Amino acid sequence: MRTFSTVISSVFLAVLFATAGPAVADDTIKIGEINSYSAIPSFTEPYRKGWQLALDEINAAGGVDGKKLEVISKDDGGKPADAVTAANELVASDGVQMLAGTFFSNIGLAVSDYAKQKKIFFLAAEPLTDAITLSKGNRYTFRLRPGTYEQAAMLADEAAKLPAKKWATIAPNYEYGQSAVAAFKKLLSAKRPDIQWVGEQWPPQGKIDAGAVAEAIAKTEPDAIFNVTFGGDLVKLVREGETRGLFKDRAVVSVLAGEPEYLDPLKDETPVGWIVTGYPWNAVTIPDHAAFLKAYQAKYNDYPRLGSVVGYAMLKSAAAILAKAKSTDSEKLVEAAEGIRVDTPFGPITFRAIDHQSTLGAFVGKTALKDGKGVMVDVTYHDGAAYLPSDADVKAQRPQN
Amino acid sequence: MSFYFVQFVTGLASASSLFLVASGLSIIFGVTRVVNFAHGAFYMLGAYIGYTLIDRLGAGVGFWPAIGLSAFAVAAIGTLIEMLLLRRIYDAPELFQLLATFAVALVVEDLALLIWGPSDLLGPRAPGFKGAIDLLGQPFPTYDLLLIALAPLVLALIWLIFRRTTWGVLVRAATQDREMVAALGVNQKWLFTSVFALGVFLAGLGGALELPRQAANHTMDLQVITEALVVVVIGGLGSVPGTFLAAIIVSELNAFGILVFPKISIVLVFLVMAIVLIVRPWGLLGRAEAAARTASGAIISRWRPFGAPGRIAAALAVAFAALLPIAAGNYFVGVATEVLIFMLYAASLHFLLAGGGLASFGHAAYFGLGSYGAAIALKSFGLGMETAIVAGIVLGLVGALVFGWFCVRLSGVYFAMLTLAFAQIAWSIAYQWTDVTGGDNGIIGVWPSAWAASPARFYWLTLALSAGSIALLRAITFSPFGYALRALRDSTLRAETIGIERRRVQWMGFVIAGGFAALAGALYAFLKGSVFPDNISISLSIDGLVMVLLGGVGTVSGGVVGAAIYRSLSIWVISHTDYSRLVLGALIIVLVVMFPKGLVGAFEAWRSARTGARLQGQSP
Repeated sequence: MRTFSTVISSVFLAVLFATAGPAVADDTIKIGEINSYSAIPSFTEPYRKGWQLALDEINAAGGVDGKKLEVISKDDGGKPADAVTAANELVASDGVQMLAGTFFSNIGLAVSDYAKQKKIFFLAAEPLTDAITLSKGNRYTFRLRPGTYEQAAMLADEAAKLPAKKWATIAPNYEYGQSAVAAFKKLLSAKRPDIQWVGEQWPPQGKIDAGAVAEAIAKTEPDAIFNVTFGGDLVKLVREGETRGLFKDRAVVSVLAGEPEYLDPLKDETPVGWIVTGYPWNAVTIPDHAAFLKAYQAKYNDYPRLGSVVGYAMLKSAAAILAKAKSTDSEKLVEAAEGIRVDTPFGPITFRAIDHQSTLGAFVGKTALKDGKGVMVDVTYHDGAAYLPSDADVKAQRPQN
Repeated sequence: MSFYFVQFVTGLASASSLFLVASGLSIIFGVTRVVNFAHGAFYMLGAYIGYTLIDRLGAGVGFWPAIGLSAFAVAAIGTLIEMLLLRRIYDAPELFQLLATFAVALVVEDLALLIWGPSDLLGPRAPGFKGAIDLLGQPFPTYDLLLIALAPLVLALIWLIFRRTTWGVLVRAATQDREMVAALGVNQKWLFTSVFALGVFLAGLGGALELPRQAANHTMDLQVITEALVVVVIGGLGSVPGTFLAAIIVSELNAFGILVFPKISIVLVFLVMAIVLIVRPWGLLGRAEAAARTASGAIISRWRPFGAPGRIAAALAVAFAALLPIAAGNYFVGVATEVLIFMLYAASLHFLLAGGGLASFGHAAYFGLGSYGAAIALKSFGLGMETAIVAGIVLGLVGALVFGWFCVRLSGVYFAMLTLAFAQIAWSIAYQWTDVTGGDNGIIGVWPSAWAASPARFYWLTLALSAGSIALLRAITFSPFGYALRALRDSTLRAETIGIERRRVQWMGFVIAGGFAALAGALYAFLKGSVFPDNISISLSIDGLVMVLLGGVGTVSGGVVGAAIYRSLSIWVISHTDYSRLVLGALIIVLVVMFPKGLVGAFEAWRSARTGARLQGQSP
């Protein structure tokens, strides 16, 4: 039996071997990109379009240092172990010079630890966990998007201005939800010692029993609600909550709910007046954004989602780091990336040397209805730099070596 | 007081929506004994097709016809799948149909993505049921009231159909004794097809009726399938009223449970299932399974250990495999290591499933315990890799000892579901106990000791441990203990009569399988450098079943081959296509139809047929 099995596996290995790409050509630089394309397509499809647009622009402008940029993209199926397999294929077989991408926090952490072990540069695009730059941060990993703490901090600023004294929280029961609630509570209580936390609900991600959760929160009679659920859970919560009068006369502060990925599905049922972080693509006044928007719409005949911006800014950052390093050596890439300034659709950002976090910010505004669609109004861009942890905090939390 | 009443009614609404989808599963399960893993996929299709039809027919007058039509459309798709796929494999070994429906679920997921795009699609609210009414001073959605009314109506209709129509009588007869019904001249094929169609119709209806509550999205199928399966089992197999009762119990416990424990939802249904199955081994309203007649007339091929040629071939194969790092690069060595680990994992499940006839739906629990044991020993206690692997095995063994003690008290599908319940409880502990397990962010930095750090060396270590373990598992299979385990599989009654103690032998078998799975898990942790709750997930348990079934349950260690093929295929497919689930699902469907005995089973049948023909030729 085992003979048979070995024959079969050898055949497969031979097939794998035969389909491996050709050796690295000198005139291209390869970036290995990994994301959860099949697991969370609503975010990753626009994200893919974003980096593809950036790739076209970079290569049309002559590439990096005269070399063509090539992106080899892999799906991780939403599983950290498969992401590590993909990373290994990209590095050991395809010979990429840097890794980039990832969406889920645990996948970002798995790939960042692989990067640390194999000493390969990794630019994390989306994973929001604070651990990736702080408690589990490492020399080879940089992160583009503002993390959970920053987003909670931006919202806590706005929440402190509300008269509400009794607060309740609804968050998905996993690390992202827990950190967001912990950060929001800490920051808001610091600004407003008079605040009471009267209730909390932790529905499992993707499986909220919205009616029961809405009633349980309403029972605690809060003045305001901090919500962290998103995607399908948010839709369910909004429908049940609106019908059951949960949001009536209550302020709601909600993370990510203003991102087109999560706001658009709500259509004419978008709740009005929620304070959210997000991306109002048709209301952004930053000059760099206009060019990005025009190019994106011309190429895809569709409007960009936040994922598009993340994908676009990620590849632009990668190209800038490669250009500055003038080398594909991991150590040189790290040195180049520390403190580098990159132009993005949200304006110039810097990757901080101290924690490898970019200063990319987010938009905070209020949800509103316009022509039967959800939009953000009263929008302000909050620069990430203003909400990042202090040097002392970073030193206390990030492993130093 | 009014709050508790409203919360109770809210729980009833959730129960109704759960019952609508679970009732179909219960019917299919009860009659055809097929664990319809694609049920969630049909539910999702119901929602998506409903969305499209409402869009076409208009949200006003078109709404209700669209809901009905989408249920019929899904039923038509289900009928087609039953006729083209399942009908070919009803005679295959138990659980083989699970493999086929699993593949269908994979294909549907990617097709839905291709047809409806990546975004969530929010349908309109139901006309006439958009708002709320006043219920003891609290607003309550009228649509929820509609669902609460609908569920008992569906229950009553199902009851009437099965009790008061000729068709229902025939179906119940077939449920009790298939052979007898066939002998009486009833065409079972159409009976099964119609039952499947009815079940799928209810899944589609359940999905379409969710549109006013949630957006159609790509995770609907997975959200619902395990929960529906759990409710069916809690209620008792084949008992639709039991399913109804279980749906109410689970939903009400959740509605009130979250008031006291806001984090309980994640594990609640599995806790309830574990408790119910321990107290009532056949579910709330189920009855003891009638002894299956599989042995009568079925030819059980005798298992034999390798003879000299087999041993030499196996040794040569291992020696050949040991040469791989010389020829292949680091990536392929890494993939080969992963394949070897999964061969060991599959071999351990194969031992339990094929050797002991004990289908575990939660074998990943021991794989995961092995991973976590090793990772925690390494990171929290600072032990070396070697000791950490032993720690992983120990944790896996302890888990298998504890869980196994309860599980072997049950049999058949109930055994399977209790293993699933324990696996999910273990999963939720790994997921929630952040201080020790790191929660969903897992434990990272779990790399091998310096001497085994290079991919080639870790490969050799894995090869030695996996090949040694698989050889050991075969040796156990052919030891007196292995014969006792197989005797219990083939006829519990006869085996017990000759003095084999069922529970003790099966418990030991369970622990052995758990220990080897834990070794695989510990190796996996060091291969990946990290451990996540994924290592205990349902999908990993299902992967194990897929590998064993693909190899063939009628064989001594076909699971090893199934693992090699399935794992290599899935790594290759996910790396080379954008629609890995579609490709993988289609491939499994082809394999299932071509080789209903599994790959190794088919190979053995072909070989014995050839030998038989040669022997016949030689006879005078």
